[in-house]
Amino acid sequence: MTESKQKDFIQPRQTKVVKGNVATAYAAKSARVQVISAYPITPQTTVVEKLSEFADSGMMPGTQYIKVESEHSVMASIVGASIAGTRTFTATAGQGLFYMYEMIHWASSSRLPIVTAIVSRGVAPPWNIWADFTDVIACRDTGWLSSFVATHQEIYDEILMSYKVCEDFDVLLPKFVAYGGFILSHTSKPVIIEDQDLVDEYLPPLPDEKGWPHIFIDPERPMMHGNLIMPSGFYSEFRLKIHDAMMRAAEKIKEAAKEFEKMFGRSYGNGLVQKYHLDDADVGIMIYGDLALQMEQAVDELRDEGYKVGMVKLRHFRPFPIEDVQEIAKSVRVLGVVDRATAFGSPTGGPVSSEVKAALYNTDIKTPILPIISGLGGREVSLEEQKDQLKALVKMYETGELPEDLIHGTLWHGKLEVK
Amino acid sequence: MVSIKSALEELNEEYFLPGNSCCAGCGLEIALRWAMKALGPNTSLVAPASCLNVVVGLWPKTAPSFPFINMAFAAGAAAATGLDAAFKAKGYKFPKGNWDKMTALVFAGDGGTTDIGIQGLSGAAERNTDIIYVCYDNEAYMNTGIQRSSSTPHSAITTTTPFGKERYKKDVPRIMEAHDIPYVATCSISEPLDLYEKFKKAKDIKGCRYIQILAPCPPGWGFPAEDTVEMARLAVKSGFWILYEVENGKKTLSKASKRLLDPEKRIPLMDYIQNQKRFSKISEKALVELQNRIDKQWKLIEAELKCQEGF
Repeated sequence: MTESKQKDFIQPRQTKVVKGNVATAYAAKSARVQVISAYPITPQTTVVEKLSEFADSGMMPGTQYIKVESEHSVMASIVGASIAGTRTFTATAGQGLFYMYEMIHWASSSRLPIVTAIVSRGVAPPWNIWADFTDVIACRDTGWLSSFVATHQEIYDEILMSYKVCEDFDVLLPKFVAYGGFILSHTSKPVIIEDQDLVDEYLPPLPDEKGWPHIFIDPERPMMHGNLIMPSGFYSEFRLKIHDAMMRAAEKIKEAAKEFEKMFGRSYGNGLVQKYHLDDADVGIMIYGDLALQMEQAVDELRDEGYKVGMVKLRHFRPFPIEDVQEIAKSVRVLGVVDRATAFGSPTGGPVSSEVKAALYNTDIKTPILPIISGLGGREVSLEEQKDQLKALVKMYETGELPEDLIHGTLWHGKLEVK
Repeated sequence: MVSIKSALEELNEEYFLPGNSCCAGCGLEIALRWAMKALGPNTSLVAPASCLNVVVGLWPKTAPSFPFINMAFAAGAAAATGLDAAFKAKGYKFPKGNWDKMTALVFAGDGGTTDIGIQGLSGAAERNTDIIYVCYDNEAYMNTGIQRSSSTPHSAITTTTPFGKERYKKDVPRIMEAHDIPYVATCSISEPLDLYEKFKKAKDIKGCRYIQILAPCPPGWGFPAEDTVEMARLAVKSGFWILYEVENGKKTLSKASKRLLDPEKRIPLMDYIQNQKRFSKISEKALVELQNRIDKQWKLIEAELKCQEGF
């Protein structure tokens, strides 16, 4: 198809009422991804269905869509396609993410800017297909950037911002964009699908014919990738460079969010965290994913009752926003951290609350932290329950004492049957 | 077929260069050298975990003079699928480039093919992905110290079958045939010109192509390094390893194997296995079983060839 014919498919700005998964597919389309590889898994399936529709009906000209036979092959083929210098995309969830785990490392260690949507779900057994971020958080140390999104629009926006960050030559790392299974994936909301020309202007250009600067397939410049390296070789140096790139990514995320706001008018805090009524708050709560949306309402209602509470939505888990967390913890008198995920045997049992505690060590910040775990495996978290979480923090602030019903120091919230 | 004389004169371009870390008498080296002579430099090789990852040279040394990607064990076929997709996407965006001339090639061992890699291989074949998948078959996990694979033959001793393997060699070329792909071939490093011709042919076919090459391993099989080619030749002559190709479902025996349809023309199996330490504990009974198995394979092929005549 010629360039002029391609114009036929250029999307003008429009608002569509779509499922979260469809917003994901639109984001991949807007980003003009060149190679998609996917394997169906609940609750991600409608992403791959919509992308098949786009690709097979010619709405993504030139895009190759590989319908592989497993998630391991998903990431293997995406790695191959990215090495050869194309913009790539896939989506998975829970068990599928675990099955591709080996290849996830292949992507980050090859420094490939692959973006992957994770429609987070519980970990089997027992089978559970509902919102729970343990899947993406279990990939904490893989060298992938990772973010949580809270709204349908944010899915679309965050995927676009991710390509900008990942393809920055100072970063060149892959990224997960995670959202809760069913809660966002299968519900519909209005989502603005941006004008293609503006998206093209916002994103870096697609890789040129030569490919990425550090890795490519070119018979004129034959390259051996990934051969065996002895302990005395550059192995440690390569690892350090990945960590260094990850730490540098924090600034790039902020820049991408700022530029996104300027171009499209939607703000996501500083990109790493997004505050809500936190400036004058005595009591703060940190939360991530779709639970953050309802928590805004809980904050509003407690504010109406006269409590100075505020919220911070954690947008990025990797890189972990250490400075923001420190500054936030310092600004409040009590901080709750809600995990919709587990980290068995960690200091709090919750992955993010453990990280928050670690971020405050060796500082002069003495703000008490209350780790909270709620909503595991998609268990409903009602507005009342979120208000209860805030009230527990208010009580902690007023009495100076921890709640009584903690389990190993953590508030396991919700209708917990087992003590 | 290309003559030995012209091959020696004309096929002097090398893509797998000297100075690599192959053992003396390595069958893999011969396989890769001759395959690359046919495929040429517009080839991108994916090497899942195998001896090949090591023999290309430890970093920063590299023996291949063409793009080469080391890959995870189970990921050979899928990674090449990704390369192929990228070549097509690049070709769309840059129609003046040479992207349509690129070949995505997998060069995997028998472990990476017949065991851990078979899911990805089967997937790629079912999709008829535009790749060439090569299994260099040395009949065990040689790189990790000679453990059994599903390609290890009956009665062969490995470090995980110290008294000989009970089960038989998995017939993967036949499994690949069942995928209805445009090209399946078997090769032996003792027949480099046949190998060269088959790769030449495969290169010009679109879709999934599968080639399995018998590549004897002196330390793994227990024979002197200078006997590699002879060992492969005896495997063919005894009828143990049958050379054929299947083009769009039509099977043809290759020259070296064709005359062996007549069982009288096959040399005794003992001639092949007697000089290999891996068969040193084979019993009389197992020898008969192994021979019966070979005879059965041949009868099956004979029947197939006959059946094909009616198509």
